[in-house]
Amino acid sequence: MNEFLRQLASGLALGGVYAILALALVMIYQATQLVNFAQGEMAMFSTYFAWKLMDVGWPYWRAFAVTVIVSFVGGVVIERLVVRPFAKAPVLASIIVFIGLALIFNALAGWLYGYSVTSFDTPFSGRPWFGNVYMSAHESGAVVVTFCVLALVYAFFRFTPLGLAMRAAAQNPTSSRLVGIRVGWMLAIGWGLAAAIGAIAGMMAAPIVYLDPNMMAGILLYAFAGAVLGGIDNPFGAAFGGFAVGVLENLVGAYVVGAEVKLSVALAIIIGVLVWRPSGLFGRRLVARV
Amino acid sequence: MAEPGALRLIATLAVLAGALAFPFLASGYHMYQGAQVLIYAIALLGLNLLTGFNGQLSLGHGAFFAIGGYGAAILVARLGLPYWLAIPIASLVCFGAGFLFGFPALRFGGLYLALATFALAVATPQMLAYKGFDAYTGGSQGVSLMKPRAPFGLPLSADQWLYLVCLFCAAVLYWAARNLVRGRVGRALIAIRDQPIAAETMGVNAALYKTTCFGVSALYAGVAGGLSAIVVGFVSPDSFGLSLSLSFLVGIVVGGLASLGGVVFGALFIEFVPNLADQLSVNFGESAKALPGAIYGVLLILAMAGMPTGVAGALRAAANYAMRGLFSSPARTS
Repeated sequence: MNEFLRQLASGLALGGVYAILALALVMIYQATQLVNFAQGEMAMFSTYFAWKLMDVGWPYWRAFAVTVIVSFVGGVVIERLVVRPFAKAPVLASIIVFIGLALIFNALAGWLYGYSVTSFDTPFSGRPWFGNVYMSAHESGAVVVTFCVLALVYAFFRFTPLGLAMRAAAQNPTSSRLVGIRVGWMLAIGWGLAAAIGAIAGMMAAPIVYLDPNMMAGILLYAFAGAVLGGIDNPFGAAFGGFAVGVLENLVGAYVVGAEVKLSVALAIIIGVLVWRPSGLFGRRLVARV
Repeated sequence: MAEPGALRLIATLAVLAGALAFPFLASGYHMYQGAQVLIYAIALLGLNLLTGFNGQLSLGHGAFFAIGGYGAAILVARLGLPYWLAIPIASLVCFGAGFLFGFPALRFGGLYLALATFALAVATPQMLAYKGFDAYTGGSQGVSLMKPRAPFGLPLSADQWLYLVCLFCAAVLYWAARNLVRGRVGRALIAIRDQPIAAETMGVNAALYKTTCFGVSALYAGVAGGLSAIVVGFVSPDSFGLSLSLSFLVGIVVGGLASLGGVVFGALFIEFVPNLADQLSVNFGESAKALPGAIYGVLLILAMAGMPTGVAGALRAAANYAMRGLFSSPARTS
């Protein structure tokens, strides 16, 4: 029983990371109906940036804040420079461009920081929190950070004028443009937010999976699975899906197939959901007009 | 007067003649590289049928390459079949696997297919190393094979013979793909890519064509994987990861989407760029390992922005331009 609870708890901690990354994916999906395959590598690169800042002696939270801000700016710049020219391109071309971006970030991280596996600091060290023996302090901290991110994103979209404008731009670009919303910039801000949120996911994941240029491939896959499971057009569905995938992955890995083939759990979830319920648990059913 | 068709025939024959002469001029290692290029070209042919002609993006063709490779390796090393029997069997298994994977895949739009195949590519190395199949797959150690010799006492080295086998397979599969896309089937595939709804209205069975196309494409990847296992003499889980699948994508984009001849350029590209990076890493250390990824990434984006037809398209445009310069201006004066 203890072992079971321990697996469940560490599944929740990693599930939080998947949830944040899935949220970043959904943010771009809602506006463009595309999934950013470079999201994981962008997050990895941000995490390396934070590591570098701490390496030169910055305290954790300052490095954290600066990384999130720099990632936001970086996301906006990428949207403007690389993604925007393909706004009218077919899905195939856009996905190829995202793959190109992912390859570039992977190479850039390897070139700048090397390919060796590095450890990454956590601000939540010391004794487990609240006498919770099943989770390390970092795991508890990661779950708390996940809920903070979810709350902030919810508040941003629900209560701020900018959030409202972004929702409008995603839902009905033409009408939004007519009422004076700059739809192109809303998209760029969406990319910036996704990059910033992804950076948080990377920094929460790195103490668990360690830092190396390929650390995010598996995590991105679980985030995909989470987003597909929860419904790729629903932020809270995706976040729920992220947690669910984290727990499922850990339990199935521990008790059914063995930890070495855990990634195939994500594959099975993606295919299973697409076959039986393509809109996910909480997603809207897509109806296309011919 | 020379027509584009005649020019293409001449070019095809010249490439074929060069490829035939190659094993008698090159050293052993170059021959091995040449065989690799042919193997990649076969895999790229398959992926291009699927992505270029039918518009279905696969980020997971490394998995079918792996099934072909492991299938052939297991049949040869564990069951003692000759390689010329093992490769066709393994590629038929691939056809089945591709058909079955394509079956749910056709329900997804382009994006979901990309997600599902991405998942397949990432999960493949782990599944290949799965302990339950250790007896057959050798776990993370993989399977080693003996290189077959030339049959009938032909005066050829093993490398020369394998190169010629690869060339034969590539030529036959190229011919098959060419016939496939030029006829009724090819028109249906292209119609599904460009106007799916109109195609179905015209009576094209889109579901059947899409799944079959996925299966055929996987079969090509399987033949390539099987040949690769025989030529390299070794299969292991790590060689069939996401990067292999992505380099196939790079290959068809560089060579030119929906261009069968272009796969030769794509194959040369994905064989020699990592090689070049290896050579550079002698001088520049570990950071040269980043080079192929960087080049691939930049080229994917640039190709989508400026050269969506790839090298083949650029050559075709150049040839047309040259033709116009040579032949059309006198015609106008007369």
